[in-house]
Amino acid sequence: MRIAPKMLHRWAMLLLFASALLLVGASGDRTGQRFDRLGHNLMCECGCGQVLLECNHVGCSTSEQMRQELKLSMARGDSDEVVLAGFVAKYGPAVLSAPTTTGFNRVAWIMPVVIFLAALGAAVVVIRTWKRRAPRPASDPVGAPEELDEFRRRAREETKL
Amino acid sequence: MPQLGSFTLLLGLALSVYAFVAGLFAIVRNDDRLSETARRAGIAVFLAVTAASALLVYAAFTNDFSVDYIRQHSNRALPGAYKFAALWSGQEGSLLFWCWLLATYGLILRLRHKVDTRLVAHASVVISAVQIFFLLLVNFAAHPFALGTGTIPADGNGLNPLLQYPEMVIHPPMLYLGYVGMTVPFCFALAALIMKYPGEKWIHITRRWTMVGWLFLTCGIFLGSYWAYKVLGWGGWWGWDPVENASLLPWLTGTAFLHSVMMQEKRGMMKMWNMWLIFSTFLLAIFGTFLTRSGVVSSVHAFAESDIGPYFVWFLALTFATCAFFFWRNRSHLESEHKLESLVSRESSFLFNNVLLLVATFAVLWGTLFPVLSEWVTGHKVTVGPPFFNKVNIPIALFLLLLTALGPLLAWRKTSAESIRKNFMVPAIIAVAVAVALAAGGMKPWVDISYFYALMTIMLSVLVAATIGSEFIRGGLVIARHNSSNVFHGMYLLTRRNTRRYGGYIVHLGVIVTMIGFAGVAFYQNTEQELSFGDKMSIGPYTLVCRSYTQDDKPNYSSEWAILDIFKNGKQIDTMYPEQRFYKASGQPATIVANRSTIMEDLYLVYTGKNPENGRPIIKAHLNPLVWWIWAGAHLILVGTIIALIPNMQAKSRKQSPPDKPRSLSDDVAERRAPVEAGTD
Repeated sequence: MRIAPKMLHRWAMLLLFASALLLVGASGDRTGQRFDRLGHNLMCECGCGQVLLECNHVGCSTSEQMRQELKLSMARGDSDEVVLAGFVAKYGPAVLSAPTTTGFNRVAWIMPVVIFLAALGAAVVVIRTWKRRAPRPASDPVGAPEELDEFRRRAREETKL
Repeated sequence: MPQLGSFTLLLGLALSVYAFVAGLFAIVRNDDRLSETARRAGIAVFLAVTAASALLVYAAFTNDFSVDYIRQHSNRALPGAYKFAALWSGQEGSLLFWCWLLATYGLILRLRHKVDTRLVAHASVVISAVQIFFLLLVNFAAHPFALGTGTIPADGNGLNPLLQYPEMVIHPPMLYLGYVGMTVPFCFALAALIMKYPGEKWIHITRRWTMVGWLFLTCGIFLGSYWAYKVLGWGGWWGWDPVENASLLPWLTGTAFLHSVMMQEKRGMMKMWNMWLIFSTFLLAIFGTFLTRSGVVSSVHAFAESDIGPYFVWFLALTFATCAFFFWRNRSHLESEHKLESLVSRESSFLFNNVLLLVATFAVLWGTLFPVLSEWVTGHKVTVGPPFFNKVNIPIALFLLLLTALGPLLAWRKTSAESIRKNFMVPAIIAVAVAVALAAGGMKPWVDISYFYALMTIMLSVLVAATIGSEFIRGGLVIARHNSSNVFHGMYLLTRRNTRRYGGYIVHLGVIVTMIGFAGVAFYQNTEQELSFGDKMSIGPYTLVCRSYTQDDKPNYSSEWAILDIFKNGKQIDTMYPEQRFYKASGQPATIVANRSTIMEDLYLVYTGKNPENGRPIIKAHLNPLVWWIWAGAHLILVGTIIALIPNMQAKSRKQSPPDKPRSLSDDVAERRAPVEAGTD
């Protein structure tokens, strides 16, 4: 089947339009999400000790100013790293809501993982050691089936109202 | 009046010192009469500290602004309930309140001395030592009756507006009851260690007291979250603030203890571990108080920086040294009677549960203190906020949920693969089916990590619910069959017969309901808009139409609020009134959130003020899914804990039977095989 060039052109235009719509929609969504994400990576500097987008101070001018700075930086097309570096340069490293993964800050992230693995390993080793030392039961711990049946019968008897 | 208050505090200190010294000598000399005087002195401490607390409250009610504390934390127009709450609203008053709670716990402990006279005598000495420390603080470092300088003002500075909420009247007492409550199990544990207590009675007493402290601490933490949600106006309930973290630390170790103690009671294992869990819980409760009050870390709601930090450091060091000394000296007394026999057993599930809870404790403590460490090492202070704590703790919480599901299905000593497969298959299929349905319904875990966590949380919660449900139903059916009653009555009897085990399961159900509430964060939305008369704004399925703004003036504050009509699918469903107040005495503004809570979502509105450029009011709207579940889960946790504290029906009937009655056979069966029909745990 041969498709007419005019038809092909129409389909191409439609596809382009649809793609543009999708991109606009997606980019709009991404901008909102990105603002939300970056805003949660920053602290408000008004002294409230809260994340930038969660500062609850009534009429807080600092958080408003910082939000505008964030929007401006994003509108300039700065990457996440550049946006955050700009805030660090202006307000100091404490403006970031979590330690970075560079320098000494790496320790903050590494230690919980190290402790988790060490504790887990230690627990397994302890269990294995105890297991080796434990006297082997002569038979199955729950006993022979007929013995268990007797237990069950008497337990039922006792728990009857 | 302030002089009388100061005198009662000094009297309380003198009596505490006597209770400690006389109690110590009585133990050394084995002198019962001296021991009795020490006990009575301990009771008198309660009277002295009660008098001091009552006098401070009286000073607040009579507007005695000669007392600096009242000047700073009260004012004439402050409503009565908040004047009462002023007792715990500042540094000095809250320390006095701490003393009073400790004295109250001490009173109960000493009145119940016949439980075990010698053990209580030892515990009484330990509690007196703790009491001395706090009374030293209020007498010499943070005096609540200190007089203000200069002329006495006509009115006080007023209470912090953020504290003028009904939740704030009950949140601190609950939290303090939890913190201080952890002192009692610590006292019993240390006493048992010092005296090499024969038998296991002390661990039963310690466990029950820990449950009481844990109950109050849980209640306090949830009330704090509720207060933060309703009052702070940022739309969240937990901000990983150092003060919040401080309350979580002893809660986590206390939770670990409440699980591992079962290994000691059932199998005589983990004695040393449990001893240190109790010590750690107490030390972390004190450490949390130190964090809140020393100004070491910056926090949203810490007390003002003060110089009481070093006192706490010394107290913590001395307490740790005392614990370590007696542990080293008497450690042979804590040898395990049994060893673990299998990696797949109830015991090992408790061990892994403890590991995870302690890793979570470490992660929270580490994140809280890292800014201090970083400043010390690099010279720069960094912030460790919610992104860090969420990334580290959410995976741990998911592992814990998995263990919560597995634990009840494992038998003591050893569980066969066949047994796990048999018990686990149906709950696992249900959980996976729910996860697939949710993913198909739009919760796509590959789109966003928060969706992945939400999906995992809900799937594991369903798994836990299914395993617990199967435990209840199986047990309930057995009893129902024997009684010819229905399954619900069977489940009721099952719970009554073993309140501890089934109360514990209800606590677990509460935890998963809360976790489902936490999972809702992934679908949170918010928007902010200037809203004049007749303007509309939309969020999720809701449309908000501004009907009007209005103002009011009261003696304590002036206020301004919006009247917003709420529409859903074109139909008006409610009218909401987000408010902003201006407190006259302190000159501070505060928001009063308007919240419409349903089982699916909360519509949470904040009146954030007016645009300074055009004077138009700004409304911030949050759509918080599943928040209702958090509070519902909290209620279930509390109900479950209370049930677990009630003596069970079988125990009651056993009390009436002769003391030499042999151990019932059902106990033996239950111990040997965990998921047994009418479970006894």
